[in-house]
Amino acid sequence: MADTDRQAVVRVEHLSKHFGEGAARVDALRDIDLQVFPGQVVGLMGPSGSGKTTLLHCIACILEPSTGRLTLDGEVVYDGRWLKANLRRLRLDKIGFIFQYPNLLPFLDGSDNVAVVLDLAGFSAAAARARAIELLDYLEVGHRKHALPKQLSGGEAQRVAIARALANKPRIILADEPTAPLDSARARIVMDLLRRIALDQKAAVIVVTHDEMILDHFDHIYRLRDGRLETDAPAGIRGHQLASGTSP
Amino acid sequence: MNLAYRDIKHNLLRFVLTNFGLSLLLGIVIMITAVYGGLIDDALRQARAANADLWVVEAGTNGPFAEASRISGDTRELVSRVYGVERAGSVTYQSVQTEINGAPHRLFLIGFEPGRPGGPRKLTAGRNILRGHYEAIVDRSAGLKLGQEISLGTHGHKFTVVGLMTSEVTSSGDPVAYITLRDAQALQFELAPPAARREVARGGAVQTNDQINAVIAKVSPYVPINEVAAALSRWKHLTALTQEQQETLLSQFVIEKARKQQLLIMVLLVIVSAVIIALIVYTLTMDKVRSIATLKFIGAPDRTIVGLIVQQALSMGIFGFFAGLALVVIFKPYFPRRLVLDPESVVVVFIITVVICLAASTLGIRLALKVDPAEALASSG
Repeated sequence: MADTDRQAVVRVEHLSKHFGEGAARVDALRDIDLQVFPGQVVGLMGPSGSGKTTLLHCIACILEPSTGRLTLDGEVVYDGRWLKANLRRLRLDKIGFIFQYPNLLPFLDGSDNVAVVLDLAGFSAAAARARAIELLDYLEVGHRKHALPKQLSGGEAQRVAIARALANKPRIILADEPTAPLDSARARIVMDLLRRIALDQKAAVIVVTHDEMILDHFDHIYRLRDGRLETDAPAGIRGHQLASGTSP
Repeated sequence: MNLAYRDIKHNLLRFVLTNFGLSLLLGIVIMITAVYGGLIDDALRQARAANADLWVVEAGTNGPFAEASRISGDTRELVSRVYGVERAGSVTYQSVQTEINGAPHRLFLIGFEPGRPGGPRKLTAGRNILRGHYEAIVDRSAGLKLGQEISLGTHGHKFTVVGLMTSEVTSSGDPVAYITLRDAQALQFELAPPAARREVARGGAVQTNDQINAVIAKVSPYVPINEVAAALSRWKHLTALTQEQQETLLSQFVIEKARKQQLLIMVLLVIVSAVIIALIVYTLTMDKVRSIATLKFIGAPDRTIVGLIVQQALSMGIFGFFAGLALVVIFKPYFPRRLVLDPESVVVVFIITVVICLAASTLGIRLALKVDPAEALASSG
């Protein structure tokens, strides 16, 4: 994949994050640089406490970095301070987040859990619902659109959560251990799905994972240890071999 | 998408059970309001029932309700002759205890002159008093039926119920009964036979029964009431009170303590309701912290979160209010005193309920706004 001839969707430059001050200071991230291009699926790996989740939270704009610069979809959102006043709107418009556990709203059925994002974005109820059903069908879970989260299996719930993350056609998809609660077969299905979405929607996908079994799904793997980036290793082979599906 | 409605629908049983408790509480608030309304209405009802323009009572008293008043029976003749007085009637008031259907009951007896001012306002069954003695018109709350007899007074006279009224009770809830003035005078002033014999034996003065508590006067519409009152007050042994003064005496002095007590209970209940609603809203918000964090994470603005909580609090309050109102209306006939629920009071209680809900939801809103979106990631590694 020719990364250099395109603009990075996610660009992290000299990003650091520390908690506490003085003797109690903990440096969670130190001088991190990374970039993710459209259509790329990037893995963020490392042992517990290495800072991968902190980095993901900084990119998701829910944790303020201490120093550095963060550019999302060509827009500098952090440069020593937040440059955007409404970070929630930024997340709604640009970022789709897939949690380790589906985190579906328990009082909404499958289609409404997806439609809620579009409703918040200002879509009409009918348009939101149509798009939600389209996405659920794309993720092969359309037949469960009326099921409440408690009635869904783990895999189905995770697909609904992925549909929710994709609802507003975000340029950035962040996934925090999305395969952790799944068996290896289902984990591969989810990763194939993320790969397909990255290609279809030209989105940048960043996946935090411990799972060594899914390494071949990544175009790049960033390994973190003690808050520092260890390697920037190209890993993807499988992604390029996947046929692209139809974008919903 | 209405998130509050979806959440309520999802937890319908919890919502219904919570609202049932809340409706009982709000029902008590509404009931106390109705008791308060009944207290004032009952107090004024006796004065209004007489349909008087002027009350002529013993000089220097605020009779006949606020204070005892005793004047000569011929005062009515005197009052009738005053310029401007169209009609006048003598009345007596007294409380008695008697046995009705085997149980002790209190009655508020009004003695009046049939055909003159001071009689019952409206009968719902039976007829007016036609005979000179031993007939009575009684409020239905006494539990008496037409034709039934009751024993009144020290001489044990039997009075036959010939007419029935509705909602004619005193401020303490005792049913009102009308009898002729003569009977009432006998009951009030006649000594029991042994006491009368003793009086005769000791050579005491012969007591006259011809005493009354007040004279009710209807004034000609062409003559100012105050002018007539001033003319009557020129007699040193009489005081003339206008209807307005009588109502002020009743509503502001006679029932003042009871009114304040009811008001205090109402205020306390409103405070208790506010605290309970606040705790319910807070608990419901606590249950939704994860969902709120997820909503914030995916980009929901604060107004969506606040809307979710306020709408649920209002739903609870409004549902609870109407369920409470329904309970009060259903059980109103079985309540031991008259409840008066006028539309204005219902609207005021409704507005108070809405204000309470809005105020109570601030606790939940505060909690919701403090929820960190990162809590949605709590179980993530």
